[in-house]
Amino acid sequence: MPDTMPDLPDATHARPTPTLFELLVAFTMIAIFGFGGVLYWSRRMMVEERKWMTAEEFNEAYALCNFLPGPNIVNFAVVFGRQIGGTAGAFLALLGLLGPPFTLVTLFGLLYAHYGNIEILQRMFVGVAAAAAGLTISTSLKMWQPLLRERLGGPHLVALATLAGVGVLRWPIYWVLGALIPLSIGLAWWVRR
Amino acid sequence: MSHDTGLLVTLAANFALMSLFAMGGANAAFPEMHRVAVEVMHWMSDRQFADLYAIAQVTPGPNVIVVTLIGFHVAGLAGAVVATLAMCGPTCIFAFFVGRVWDRFKQARWRLIIQAALIPISLGLLGASTLVIARIAGQSWQTVALMLVTAVVSYWLRLNPLWIFAAAALLGLAGAV
Repeated sequence: MPDTMPDLPDATHARPTPTLFELLVAFTMIAIFGFGGVLYWSRRMMVEERKWMTAEEFNEAYALCNFLPGPNIVNFAVVFGRQIGGTAGAFLALLGLLGPPFTLVTLFGLLYAHYGNIEILQRMFVGVAAAAAGLTISTSLKMWQPLLRERLGGPHLVALATLAGVGVLRWPIYWVLGALIPLSIGLAWWVRR
Repeated sequence: MSHDTGLLVTLAANFALMSLFAMGGANAAFPEMHRVAVEVMHWMSDRQFADLYAIAQVTPGPNVIVVTLIGFHVAGLAGAVVATLAMCGPTCIFAFFVGRVWDRFKQARWRLIIQAALIPISLGLLGASTLVIARIAGQSWQTVALMLVTAVVSYWLRLNPLWIFAAAALLGLAGAV
């Protein structure tokens, strides 16, 4: 994560503040355009196009949303929406982000329930599922790279143990993380002591 | 449409619980979703789970939307609403309140330690998700080949995923995978 973004000196007074309606529209657009990369679109919208946040503020909000459990971009909508318009802002940002995909995916779910067994569709699903898995592999590799470049140590052990416990042994996530999060915090504290 | 309250409560409890452990995003909870939906509750087969994942991927919007589909599959519209709210609700409330005080701890040592500690956890979960989805989507040598080609192509080129999905659907249609 680049933490060295230059802080624009005039960022605070030159920056436009969105109205609640603009907030709703922005998150609706993020949801609709955000194929396979909602993060990319939200950054483009917030920082580059609307200039509602500086690059540094976006990184800071993103760090928070990674720190919190749960869907990142959903957390981001809550955090940003609250900053702009309190409870109403958080609610509208969420509505914009989840409303359209919810409607669309429920419609798809209905179609799947009725026509999912048709052989032509089945064959298309097999192809798309394989491609989706391929995209996930590529994203994972990119995300793992910073860790792989580091000198071998505690974080590698924690990452591999998490992968093995959840992905290979298929243990419940709360057992695995219940043990490994405290261990990882202990290790992180130890190296920074 | 099922209005079985017990089923809705089970959906809500499972998704609310796993959302709290989804470090690094909705995808991190993917192995747990599969474990609960296919292995523990037998709500669907591996194949159906892979189908729902594929549908969620071609739908615009956040990854968490796969939860809506699982809820819909299990208990109709009520299930879709309950699963989505359960997956997003608790962490949204958390985000709402933590967002308020976050700036105050910008340089706090404990925050930097926890942040650093969560990175390998979220990478491990991402790796686990990849493993689970690759295993259920790659059931034949053709699908494994398509998966690997997609991985290599999207690793090196910045292609819009929509094109990749369209090509994959066509390959499936042609009976090539």
